[in-house]
Amino acid sequence: MRGLASRFGGVSVFEELSFDVPAGMFVALLGPSGVGKTTLLRIIAGLEVPVAGSITASDGGALSGRVAYMGQQDFLFPWARALDNVMLGAKLRGQRPERDRAMHLLERVGLQGRERALPAELSGGMRQRVALARTLYEQRPIVLMDEPFSALDAITRARIQALAAELLSGCTVLLITHDPMEACRLGHHLLVLSGVPARLGAPISVPGATPRAIDDAAVLHTQGMLMRALMR
Amino acid sequence: MRALRPLMTVLVFLAVWWAVVRFGSVPVFMLPDPFSVAGALWAQRDLLFWNTLTTLTEILLGLFFGTLLGALAALGIVFSAVLQRWLMPVLVLSQAIPVFALAPLLVLWFGFGTESKVLMAVLVIFFPVTANFADGLRRTEPGWLDLARTMNASPFAMMRHVRVPAALPAFASGLRVATAVAPIGAIIGEWVGASSGLGFVMINANARIETDLMFAALAVLSALAIGLYVLVDWALRRALYWVTDSTGG
Repeated sequence: MRGLASRFGGVSVFEELSFDVPAGMFVALLGPSGVGKTTLLRIIAGLEVPVAGSITASDGGALSGRVAYMGQQDFLFPWARALDNVMLGAKLRGQRPERDRAMHLLERVGLQGRERALPAELSGGMRQRVALARTLYEQRPIVLMDEPFSALDAITRARIQALAAELLSGCTVLLITHDPMEACRLGHHLLVLSGVPARLGAPISVPGATPRAIDDAAVLHTQGMLMRALMR
Repeated sequence: MRALRPLMTVLVFLAVWWAVVRFGSVPVFMLPDPFSVAGALWAQRDLLFWNTLTTLTEILLGLFFGTLLGALAALGIVFSAVLQRWLMPVLVLSQAIPVFALAPLLVLWFGFGTESKVLMAVLVIFFPVTANFADGLRRTEPGWLDLARTMNASPFAMMRHVRVPAALPAFASGLRVATAVAPIGAIIGEWVGASSGLGFVMINANARIETDLMFAALAVLSALAIGLYVLVDWALRRALYWVTDSTGG
């Protein structure tokens, strides 16, 4: 990402923002509310147009069609059963749905036997796992996540974090979160966005393979450091 | 007990009605008692049956075409800004004219037959369907649209798989209102000029001071309207299985 800028109602959200997300890495982006994290992610997802700047992949190609997006809410279609929600992308693109692969994904997120359930019949954690399976079904090399687990309780969140880290290994992931613990458990690199207009701090690396244990010393140490940086 | 409640309401209503006629000094040509209405209902069952069929046909045809046109208009308005600019003011204006005032014209233009009544019904059904459905189509959850966009959905696929299903509950509200008002359209049409139908029976019975027959026709019409509403409501609930009622009913 080079020289990205965004304005909202004439106010500059960020200017000259540049950073790299190394291929195959899990990068967590932190920052206080309203700093422009979601805007940044939406620009990368192609949902908003930046005022200036460009985003390029390392192979020189465009990002469009190679990005999967997971939002703050699960956004499951209430009229579609779990399995159909997972295969939504195929339906929207007019492709033949791959039922077996979708079933396998539901099994991997621990929802075997629930493929016929409507979203209203599932708990918040289950719904978010269906959304995760739907994201994985897209088989996109780049996955953007905007606080996908923030609405879940702490235990459910910790479980789904581990699941996400496992299932998304190999993908290039940019995760927005306001939870330093989540960032430290999942991220290979951590970035902090703060200030007006927002600037990025130097990348922080956490040692050890992901998902890291909740009581891992490096996780706890980095978490403290991040809290300090965010509260400044 | 819950199932008996409507029945008890009806029984109490009939009892009060009977008592008013029996002990009040209401002349029979103004208010016949429930038994003579029931008598007329039985004696004139053939006449009432065939005329009910006429009215029912008019209502069903009106509902079908009114809903179809209303749904198409809503899709047109939402899909095309040009259509919205030109069609929306016309729609709103059309509601400013009382449809009942148009009834004599419609009968003059389209005759005493079924067509003018179906048209009346279409006129009263069209607007609630269009307004509700268009509203629903416009209020699609932005998160769903964003998601569909990142999945490279075409505008048509977006409409078919996201916007239309998401707007179905709003469409159902419109259809419920339409079902409730459809009999009004048909009956008004029959009052102004017809050769058959429950409204025609009522007007004729009224002129001949056969008030019991008039009440019998009214009872059949009420039962028809209620039955139709209950049926449509039940069908919509089944079709929209995912919509949860916040009142728990």
